[in-house]
Amino acid sequence: MEYEVVIGLEVHAELSTDSKIFCSCTTEFGGDPNTHCCPVCLGLPGVLPVINEKVIELAVKAALALNCEIAEYSKFDRKNYFYPDLPKAYQISQYDLPLAQNGYIEIEVDGKKKKIGITRVHIEEDAGKLVHAELGGYSLVDYNRTGVPLIEIVSEPDIRSPEEARNYLDKLKSILQYSEVSDCKMQEGSLRCDANISLRPKGSKEFGVKTELKNMNSFRAVQKALEAEVKRQKKILERGERVVQETLRWDEARGVTVPMRSKEEAHDYRYFPEPDLPPVVISKEYVERIKSTLPEMPQERKERYMKDYNLPEYDAGVLTDSKAIADFFEACVEKYHDPKTVSNWVMGELLAALKTKDAEIDDIPLTPSHLVEMLELMDKGTISGKIAKTVFKEMIETGKRPEQVVKEKGLVQITDEGKISEIIEKVIKENPKSVEDFKNGKEKAIGFLVGQVMRATKGKANPQIVNKLLREKLQ
Amino acid sequence: MELYELTIHELLDLIKKRETTPSEITESVLKRVGQVEDRVKAFVTITEEEARERAKHIDEDVNNEGNIKSLMGIPMALKDNMCTKGIRTTCSSKILYNFKPPYNATVVEKLNDAGTVLIGKTNLDEFAMGSSTENSAFHTTRNPWDLKRVPGGSSGGSAAAVAADEVIFALGSDTGGSIRQPASLCGVVGMKPTYGFVSRYGLIAFASSLDQIGPFTKDVTDCAIVMNAICGHDPMDSTSANVDVPDFTKSLVADVKGMKIGVPKEYFIEGIQPEVKDAVMKAAELFEEMGANVEDISLPHTDYGLSVYYIIAPAEASSNLARYDGIQYGFRAEEYDDLIDLYKKTRSEGFGPEVKRRIMLGTYALSSGYYDAYYLKAQKVRTLVKQDFDNAFEKCDIIICPTSPTTAFEIGAKTDDPLAMYLSDVFTIPVNLAGIPGISIPCGFSNGLPIGLQIIGKPFDEATIIKAAYTFEQATDYHKQKPNL
Ligand SMILES: [Zn+2]
Repeated sequence: MEYEVVIGLEVHAELSTDSKIFCSCTTEFGGDPNTHCCPVCLGLPGVLPVINEKVIELAVKAALALNCEIAEYSKFDRKNYFYPDLPKAYQISQYDLPLAQNGYIEIEVDGKKKKIGITRVHIEEDAGKLVHAELGGYSLVDYNRTGVPLIEIVSEPDIRSPEEARNYLDKLKSILQYSEVSDCKMQEGSLRCDANISLRPKGSKEFGVKTELKNMNSFRAVQKALEAEVKRQKKILERGERVVQETLRWDEARGVTVPMRSKEEAHDYRYFPEPDLPPVVISKEYVERIKSTLPEMPQERKERYMKDYNLPEYDAGVLTDSKAIADFFEACVEKYHDPKTVSNWVMGELLAALKTKDAEIDDIPLTPSHLVEMLELMDKGTISGKIAKTVFKEMIETGKRPEQVVKEKGLVQITDEGKISEIIEKVIKENPKSVEDFKNGKEKAIGFLVGQVMRATKGKANPQIVNKLLREKLQ
Repeated sequence: MELYELTIHELLDLIKKRETTPSEITESVLKRVGQVEDRVKAFVTITEEEARERAKHIDEDVNNEGNIKSLMGIPMALKDNMCTKGIRTTCSSKILYNFKPPYNATVVEKLNDAGTVLIGKTNLDEFAMGSSTENSAFHTTRNPWDLKRVPGGSSGGSAAAVAADEVIFALGSDTGGSIRQPASLCGVVGMKPTYGFVSRYGLIAFASSLDQIGPFTKDVTDCAIVMNAICGHDPMDSTSANVDVPDFTKSLVADVKGMKIGVPKEYFIEGIQPEVKDAVMKAAELFEEMGANVEDISLPHTDYGLSVYYIIAPAEASSNLARYDGIQYGFRAEEYDDLIDLYKKTRSEGFGPEVKRRIMLGTYALSSGYYDAYYLKAQKVRTLVKQDFDNAFEKCDIIICPTSPTTAFEIGAKTDDPLAMYLSDVFTIPVNLAGIPGISIPCGFSNGLPIGLQIIGKPFDEATIIKAAYTFEQATDYHKQKPNL
């Protein structure tokens, strides 16, 4: 039997506010354990929460970027459970009246556009972190993260494959970064994802029994965990058995999903309205005001790049995937006449370098002006395209200006015809066979000779001049 | 006459006239504490040394500034559920026996600013759950009028300390009557302000939507003075109301002519002590004689108040008290196998039986499958209780009724019967459910035990309550009676 995969995703994103959701402690990542804390976020007896207005603003902004309807009236609720990283023993969240509902994200599947519904977006506070002592026997708690503001984004079960899930996450991340509500750094835990997945016979309208997957630390892990779970559920169904509804943990090392202990999941959270906080009332005017601050979203930007810069759809898509890359590109294009050349360098050398380094553009010292200066050096003929690649690598490492790199490394192009002629003479003398071949009509042989000249000049000779002079001498 | 016997306004007059100093007053009060505290047991912690130093400091302020602040040099006590920086704050619970808050509650800051001298932290029913202080993990406070009897609760320590002249005034907290009922049983003035009028920041929560801090004083004038000092908006408390605070001392005018006073028929139920009923009826007659229009009214949902309260308050408490898990501060069981065992043992050993009973009740009421039938239903009925008052206040300015159905009962008389104990708050609970203000003032005696008259007012209309209470007080001398200690 053929099965259809049904996936829904729950994403938690940290909002990029300066201070925590209910107190004025910093949200900065890192810091010595328990140094970003106060009585309020430590949940000491007697303290009360006061909502950070910026949290509402960013959450509304995110929800609007995800095409949601903003609730005029929503409220906070307490989600009660015991765990040492939760100092009040309840998490302030939103239960039956979330901030926003009924949104969607558009993704591309096989070149076609597909809408994935967003069920809801709600606000909640983050918990702390448990640190288990290496020698065992005890654990320590770090409350620095306690009270960092989060939004939870719940998708409809509209996703039909692990690849689509990955696609959705990439798009979601891009939207959140574009709207500047979250920096979405998964390695710092500012973006986290849980997945619900079930299988059903193709054509069936009923949902199958779902499992919930947790503990996936990257988008790749989400995709891999879902792929593993599809296989596991398929096997069960093919044996004619039933899938058990349960929560599974992704074991990255072993590449399998394993059931969590029932104690960890058997919760009755006893939600009830948070009596310490007034309801969140949002006026239409407020929503309009936030809407007007929303920056251009990736789709719009992509279309603009195709129209204004005459870029191919593929280029425009790659460049606008990440806001930071698109911003970099635009900063270059402002100063340089040929967008396609910039696009080639950004999509080629720059993205490749970031991938190898596993870095974000903010992590490297390259600036748009430096890239533009380098392109201008090429235009002036100071450096060749080949040398430019060397210069580029150096700029990425050191942040030096291209002129400086060229000077320090002696990379200035040789355009002096006398100097080049000397080398050509030498190469002709050393390669009589190739000279012979060329004279006998083997056009390819000239390529080899040019290569030898370039090699002798460490790539610095101007290739056009080399070509011209070589032909003249061999006539 | 000893200084400790005086009121705030009398002492301030003496300080202003330079006839006494804050240090002399503090010494007098500490002497009184030394004489009677081993019998009354009002305190959990006495901050004798800090009080002396603080008083000396204020002596200087008085000399230097000349400007006498509203409570300058006045010795007072705080119920031990209000956080005091560096001073043990226990909620009379084993689970917080060693807890020293790193911060002050907003009311504590306000009182400090007004120049008070803290004498100590007073006893309460554990986490303010009870009506007699018998649920304290440390000891039972005695009623100064009869040491065999309870002072009421949960703010019994504060009420007894004021009644026994161990402090000039005290703060308590009132979730279902915990200021007014002990004020009634101890023969002092106790006010629960409108919900949101006094900041709850730093008040260790019992039931967040009901808790409110208020004063215990020796007379209504002092009540107005303390209210001036503690009311007002606090940005640290999101439920704190952003309303102007009037000068309550302007309401200290003996005049109830034309005031419309309602007497709810539902508050004179079977089981009410006849002397209590008589005293309240006599009070109504007195108001009428003084020119008020007294009429019978009905608060038809009164009967449901107790049931609603015993769902909402425990539900909120079950969540508020979940943080006492032995992880970060307070008591932790000595031996345990794993995390779950640590939670179980810490909470089993750390909480007393009444607190456990209410955590169980509340947990049950919020459980999935029961939420709608209990918590949600209770919230709906709470709205009806509130509407009763809204309707009543269309016809009258204030409502008068008994504070408690009985005078002080004997220690141990109700400890085996929680329901009988719960009934002693039957007249005070609806006021908390509605979030409106109420006061208890002395209005008579029965067999040497004080009787309290409750005056209930419109939201944020404490001024009218104070005016009526002051008028009554001027025409009577119950508030001048002192227990024989
Ligand atoms: Zn904090």
